[in-house]
Amino acid sequence: MEILVCVKRVPGTLENEIKLNAAKDDIERDDLVYSVNEWDNYAVEEAIQTVDRLGGSVTVVTVGDEEAEEVLRRELAMGAQKALLLNDPAFAGLDGRGVATVLAAAAKRGGYDLILTGAQADDGAAQVGGMLAAMLDYPYASLVNKVEVTNGKALRISREVEGGAREISEIELPCVLSIQTGINEPRYVGIRGLRQVASADIPCLGAADLGLDDGALAPRVRREAYFMPEPGMGAEMLEGDTEAIIARLLEMLKDKGGLK
Amino acid sequence: MAPIFAYIAHNDGVIDETALELLAAARKIDAEAPVTAVVAGHGPGLHAAAGALATAYETVWKFSHEALAYPNAEALRPVLVSALPAGAIVLMIHDTFAMDLAPGLAVKRSAAYVSDVVDIRGMEDGTLGVVRQEFGGQVGSRVAVESAGGMVVTCRAGSFAPAAPAIAGTVEDKSGEIGVVAAKRRFLERVVPEAGDVDITKEEVLVAVGRGIEAEENIDLAVELAKSMGAAVACSRPIVDARWLEHSRQVGTSGQTVKPKVYLACGISGSFQHMGGIKGNPFIVAINKNPGAPIFQVADVGIVADVLEFLPALTEAVQRAR
Repeated sequence: MEILVCVKRVPGTLENEIKLNAAKDDIERDDLVYSVNEWDNYAVEEAIQTVDRLGGSVTVVTVGDEEAEEVLRRELAMGAQKALLLNDPAFAGLDGRGVATVLAAAAKRGGYDLILTGAQADDGAAQVGGMLAAMLDYPYASLVNKVEVTNGKALRISREVEGGAREISEIELPCVLSIQTGINEPRYVGIRGLRQVASADIPCLGAADLGLDDGALAPRVRREAYFMPEPGMGAEMLEGDTEAIIARLLEMLKDKGGLK
Repeated sequence: MAPIFAYIAHNDGVIDETALELLAAARKIDAEAPVTAVVAGHGPGLHAAAGALATAYETVWKFSHEALAYPNAEALRPVLVSALPAGAIVLMIHDTFAMDLAPGLAVKRSAAYVSDVVDIRGMEDGTLGVVRQEFGGQVGSRVAVESAGGMVVTCRAGSFAPAAPAIAGTVEDKSGEIGVVAAKRRFLERVVPEAGDVDITKEEVLVAVGRGIEAEENIDLAVELAKSMGAAVACSRPIVDARWLEHSRQVGTSGQTVKPKVYLACGISGSFQHMGGIKGNPFIVAINKNPGAPIFQVADVGIVADVLEFLPALTEAVQRAR
């Protein structure tokens, strides 16, 4: 099975306090550490496990600049066989449709049986997989948390729906799936693995290679500004030393029925 | 003025309150535009749903087909692509079904797509101004969407105060416009989760842990605290993904819906998916070392601290207070 996995380099923001830059058109990125989008990591692991069972190869692809190469190398170290960087000045400032258009053009060149994406990334839009599938005329399923290959022509998949329930369906190949976290346990990537792929060749394709002109990539959705959520609507913040905070918290917990 | 269509999901004929949230969202896009509810399915549930929607929407389009009995995005998409007029604005609630349907619908209709919208600023010079959240809810963004080729917009549940008109709308049966339905994805079954050893949905006090707990062995810190308080341990999604606790302990839209009196969120950032699983307006205490964590916008009380240090100290204090 030939599998393409679309990945994205994103800043690690969960454990960091985010600040905006002076122009308020982006977050302050200087101190942030970048890595592969968490959801994408599960998608790559799923692809590797599938190829381990059935044969074939895993190709990881990203739309990004030279720096995005580091996440491709990381996924190569994880066990992907091939990587592809889609880099062009024309790809800066793409909207979700633009990213899907570039990925679709690359996917068409490869003849893949299965294309995986992460269910969402840092902007939470959860859109690229579904758009990519529609552009390729492949069937699509989002939030997939189990994949079984039933025969060479279809997959039996489970997708996550509200309330912890799962929806089981059969989907024909080739298809696009967006992968939800928790589907597997992504393997650890060590320094040794990264060293082994440090000099691996990563081909790079631009707009002309993919036959894309500016018209196809013109964004219809534009971010105009970032803003921080309004302060003041939130919690009463307990401050001071730990002892004082805990004393105050205990009073509140007793008062609200939190200590039984 | 582009017509607006709100796709409304129904659970065997039962309409969610979000149906009226979409109507409110439509009014914020254009107070004058005609707004049509669209409902699909098969059997008596569909007719009940259409009837219920006609008490709020002036027009309801009903699509009845066996292949739509269970919401299958691959089957519904071509129906909507051909039936809706060019340039239409399509609204949906940003749920797991919309994630399946909406991006591809936008592509096939050559419409702009914007997802998980939390507010609508209105239409100006052919662009729709909306508000979204990024980076797990830590940052807001103002986004402009070109409306020329139509739009597909998904709205976050609970973000728009439900409109409450009482009208006598009309239901139009559009089933005749459904062409050949040959989806390449076939629904087989729906599996509901088994109950775990502890039913967190029935607990009055929950100590919930998230990513901030960092390692599996640190779950014990929450277990000890819960024991001292007479509470149960719950968790956010990453803890279940890492297989440190059972899925039955997960609070959120993809987990359990809980209604405790007191909710202690320990090292939980407070994504909307997590907060979507907390109902009944409990007293929420948030402990997180990141002062920008979205949980502090919704908690009653916030403490900026590392849960690994704070929880043992709190446990000791609770035990002493006994």
